[in-house]
Amino acid sequence: MSKEPVAVVGIGQTKHMAARRDVSIAGLVREAARAALDDAELTWAAVDAVVIGKAPDFFEGVMMPELYLADALGAVGKPMLRVHTAGSVGGSTALVAANLIAARVHGTVLTLAFEKQSESNAMWGLSLPIPFQQPLLAGAGGFFAPHVRAYMRRTGAPDHIGSLVAYKDRRNALKNPYAHLHEHDITLEKVRSSPMLWDPIRYSETCPSSDGACAMVLTDRAGAARAPRPPAWMLGGAMRSEPTLFAGKDFVSPRAGKDCAADVYRQAQIADPRRDIDAVEMYVPFSWYEPMWLENLGFADEGEGWKLTESGVTELDGDLPVNMSGGVLSTNPIGASGMIRFAEAALQVRGQAGEHQVDGARRVLGHAYGGGSQFFSMWLVGSERPNA
Amino acid sequence: MRDIALVAFAQTDHRRSSDELSEVEMLMPVLHDVLARTGLKTADIGFTCSGSSDYLAGRAFSFTLALDGVGAWPPISESHVEMDGAWALYEAWTKLLTGDADTALVYSYGKSSPGSVRDVLTRQLDPYYVAPLWPDSVALAALQAQSLIDAGETDEPALAAVAARSRTDATANPHAQLSGSVPQGDYLVRPLRAGDCPPIGDGAAAVVLAAGERARELCERPAWIRGIDHRIEAHGLGVRDLTDSPSARLAAEKAGAFERPVDTAELHAPFTSQEVVLRKALRLGEDVRVNPSGGALAANPLMAAGLIRIGEAAAAIHRGDSDRALAHATSGPCLQQNLVAVLEGDPR
Repeated sequence: MSKEPVAVVGIGQTKHMAARRDVSIAGLVREAARAALDDAELTWAAVDAVVIGKAPDFFEGVMMPELYLADALGAVGKPMLRVHTAGSVGGSTALVAANLIAARVHGTVLTLAFEKQSESNAMWGLSLPIPFQQPLLAGAGGFFAPHVRAYMRRTGAPDHIGSLVAYKDRRNALKNPYAHLHEHDITLEKVRSSPMLWDPIRYSETCPSSDGACAMVLTDRAGAARAPRPPAWMLGGAMRSEPTLFAGKDFVSPRAGKDCAADVYRQAQIADPRRDIDAVEMYVPFSWYEPMWLENLGFADEGEGWKLTESGVTELDGDLPVNMSGGVLSTNPIGASGMIRFAEAALQVRGQAGEHQVDGARRVLGHAYGGGSQFFSMWLVGSERPNA
Repeated sequence: MRDIALVAFAQTDHRRSSDELSEVEMLMPVLHDVLARTGLKTADIGFTCSGSSDYLAGRAFSFTLALDGVGAWPPISESHVEMDGAWALYEAWTKLLTGDADTALVYSYGKSSPGSVRDVLTRQLDPYYVAPLWPDSVALAALQAQSLIDAGETDEPALAAVAARSRTDATANPHAQLSGSVPQGDYLVRPLRAGDCPPIGDGAAAVVLAAGERARELCERPAWIRGIDHRIEAHGLGVRDLTDSPSARLAAEKAGAFERPVDTAELHAPFTSQEVVLRKALRLGEDVRVNPSGGALAANPLMAAGLIRIGEAAAAIHRGDSDRALAHATSGPCLQQNLVAVLEGDPR
């Protein structure tokens, strides 16, 4: 029994910004969905099912908003699934949608993820006090800063690495018309002198708070054969989860992340990710996570990730470009951020990433994580169909 | 397509309040119970999927705490839907179909007791035009019931009979929250009386799925999933015919429910009037046993009640009380979204 190969034939994003006051939630998701269908040159009627994801419902103040969004996404009379796996949700949503095709339940599936942070307050949503439970401590930055500190101590990475990542990603974003932050006057000195928020994380090394949505049309071999533009083929995909807190947990390089990557590489027959993968869109909400994930994902040995960043390997014209789109550091509609990573990976292997295209990108990894560094979802996409 | 079956089902005793228990503490015994029925350990499970709602828990990422209870170490292949557990089961079914896993653990839970659930559910409605008016879940169900009465599809005595039958049947269900002789009481929202409405309560449920021969190893009489499908309708009540459920009918058709008659149906109809709608949409005759468990009128823990319908139908097959059963789950106001599964036991 073999799985049906899964192809990405349509990709759409909204223009991401701090507040999309020109559209409702329904208008926001429809903009991305319509763009993905246009890219695939398909109508709503071609869609067999809709799989939607977003981060906590408290971020907009709407409980299970997919019920209200059924009309806007053309889902009436169709199956509609709603995924929620914390920050990794955008990636997980795409993988759930891909499974519907791999299992031959459906031929063409619209998958979409969004967040409209301006409708509510994510910091508040993350900080509700619950008796007898570990508080998240003033949003995500307070939670992750100690783990960044642990990475620096463990590896001896110099203090300026985080600023290099932010400076690179913000410059990459200038080449991406959909990115939220377009800081035309960015300099490394400005990043380095920005206010310290959660030591060692500076203001310019954190992700913005964005409104935005991302959508993809996934289809089977027959659908790919009809596609007007080259598809991206899914070569491997996996999810892994581990508990939030437990004795022996490695917050710097969680085992769930390593296991998830190993599963994807096994499916895609990747022996050496550093050699066999051309570029990476990874989930870096705080700049230091670039070197941390480079190690966790097997692109660098333990303690060596920061050296790739420092030597320019992860620059857009480097040997292993990372976050060509500008990444989460430039655009963060939380629930959609994972799907944007997956979609940007697919854009690269389709050769449609525009100004931030990596020449000759044939295999690109999309990566997302969430919760207390405990939920991971990844896929590897390629320009060639996998051997079925 | 690969043959996939429910091989075990467990649930809590559903209660009006479980103040002394966290959601994890409520869920843990159910997980232990369902695994014990198969002899499997967490590490033996190929895929885990759950359903729950942050809005009931009153905090973001509430499902992460439940994951701690599962014992996700070494790390597990896992996913979560912000939906009733019936849809988590659907996701797990697709995962098993791909061949990536041979067994799956599905669980869901919900505590309605900490808040005013009628108010909480108004947050599900269109946030710009409907939610600001706070129309509650009983009021919306009453609109549906009144449309049925106006269309001549039912009347108040018939609704009272549904309530009485459900709670009488529930006397045989040790997990039921409301059973036996329950007075219809006063109108809650006309034409619905207290007896027409589900009890408000807390609870959890879990099932184990297995594929092919693995299912036969784990269960004497597996409940094979012959078909499963789900469909959604428009959100605006004004554009729907509330006396019918085209989405339930379409899901049933896609699941193969109409190919041969079923002997048992477990319907997720929290309000008596919704059983009337579903019986018609799903073409269930008088010879079909409907909700022998008592259904959602006997226990309606939100986010778990749909999964419990599938679990109860499977358990009837496991026991030999049914050979072909239909299970149904719903979500959203007035049956907006519906899932139908058709389960069968091996011929005897």
